[in-house]
Amino acid sequence: MSATKQMGGAFDIARVRADFPILAEKVRGKRLAFLDSAASAQKPGAVIEALSNVYSREYANVNRGVHYLSERTTVAYDAVRGKVRKLINAGRDEEIIFTSGTTEGINLVAQSWGRANLKAGDEVLLTEMEHHSNIVPWQMLRDELGIALKVVPFGEDGALDMNAFRAALTDRTRLVAVTQVSNALGTINPVREICRLAHDAGARVLVDGAQGIPHMHTDVQAMGADFYAFSGHKLYGPTGTGVLWARADLLEAMPPWKGGGDMILSVSFARTDYAPPPHKFEAGTPNIAGVIGLGAAVDWFTGLDSKGLDAHEAEMLAYGTEGLMQVPGLKLIGTAKAKCAVLSFVLDYAHPHDIGTILDSEGVAVRTGHHCAQPVMEHFDIAATVRPSIGAYTCREDIDQLIAALGKVREMFG
Amino acid sequence: MSDLRELYQEVILDHSRHPRNFGHHEPSNREAKGHNPLCGDQLKIYALVEDGRIKDVSFEGRGCAISTASASMMTEMLKGRTEQEAEEIFNRFHAVVTGEQDIGDDEAEQGEGGLDKLRVLAGVRDYPMRVKCATLAWHTLKAALEAKGGSTVVTE
Repeated sequence: MSATKQMGGAFDIARVRADFPILAEKVRGKRLAFLDSAASAQKPGAVIEALSNVYSREYANVNRGVHYLSERTTVAYDAVRGKVRKLINAGRDEEIIFTSGTTEGINLVAQSWGRANLKAGDEVLLTEMEHHSNIVPWQMLRDELGIALKVVPFGEDGALDMNAFRAALTDRTRLVAVTQVSNALGTINPVREICRLAHDAGARVLVDGAQGIPHMHTDVQAMGADFYAFSGHKLYGPTGTGVLWARADLLEAMPPWKGGGDMILSVSFARTDYAPPPHKFEAGTPNIAGVIGLGAAVDWFTGLDSKGLDAHEAEMLAYGTEGLMQVPGLKLIGTAKAKCAVLSFVLDYAHPHDIGTILDSEGVAVRTGHHCAQPVMEHFDIAATVRPSIGAYTCREDIDQLIAALGKVREMFG
Repeated sequence: MSDLRELYQEVILDHSRHPRNFGHHEPSNREAKGHNPLCGDQLKIYALVEDGRIKDVSFEGRGCAISTASASMMTEMLKGRTEQEAEEIFNRFHAVVTGEQDIGDDEAEQGEGGLDKLRVLAGVRDYPMRVKCATLAWHTLKAALEAKGGSTVVTE
């Protein structure tokens, strides 16, 4: 039974949960309360079956053979571009480049667009809440090209300081690289306004959608971004899959960044003519089964009643916030008004790692650590947080189990 | 909770709440920084080594209960020992928390140089992700002794 609207109307949490075989597993003898979707989401049966089906029934390399299986696999693989185009409302299938994940997408932009378009003295604006994967590729470019990185701070609640952003935009700003949703704080950034302001200043915008895509209605054209990167695995799809979307005119002008098979029109030892996008950016045999699995994830996700999903996730965030605020000595990290899916916190009497171990013993899976966002931790002068996070399948029982387990933490450390 | 009590025994909670030899004891002539990138924990170890003997050892920094207790117990265990003895204890402790070796019940363990007092930390062997917490201070001290100066050690 699938929880799609074709099968039966409004958002039904019990049916959504039934789509995820792993949620029936026990961990350490306890009911699993999986509250770690922001690190990686679990996979619905449809995705698991799609992966199995590719390898059992219609697998061969893509874009190569003329035989039946190669043709079937190529058609299935290419069809995923159309699914993703619809998901993010891109203009054309050719604007969808498959990557191994958000990290590779950002590195592609840095290494291809960045090296071709940036020179010493140019500025790239980042925010203080970026994931390391939207910091390090730009630092590598800084060290190589002599560009300057400027960091826009956020306030105590975790909301981006838009006045500081406006002030940081100059005629030297060439690119703004910003996350749609903060993975450590849950802050939703006003990316539409950021794109407008950046474009007025003559800068391009890269939006890191890793944490945003599972929770936000994403329309890259309405948003006005130039680049949008996300990962399949946080969208209920397989690991090792991801998408970089960029406007067709930008992709046309960008040089390839990896050389190999599949990205060429013709090769001789004297010269190589590159294939047009998206193939120019997809050298080598791609993650065929993963991409087909990603297509199944997009089908599953877009099959959900999206308004119902929004309302459900908002309810879980509110219920979780309320529950956590009753816990003595607990401080939420990230309390911006515009926030989704993430409930980072610290306790004044226990370290996040000890909390994580005790929650685990109660069947509660949460991320503990710096969440690959050490500048965020530095801002709050902490080493780490505990980060429960919400997905489509999160239910009240999961949150209740978390709050009860925090009682055990208090028994031991409080 | 029975398994957890094995990990978080009263002695460990006590050392984590009231760490011994906490803060920079001076004088010192060896030091090293330790960093666990998994959790962001950092600590610094200071030692005063004279004639091959650890006259004093102290630490500062922040960490989880396991890493703080392990650092605290380590300073108590190693103060006054020779560098060679410290290394032998380090090697045995490492083997114990990674599950390669057990601490025996014999008198030798309870006596001088025995690991009886560190037995409470052996529970981390059942939590592979936490072994690094227990060994961070030890790796850092080892680096301090070997480097004979400033150095940074990273466990991951």
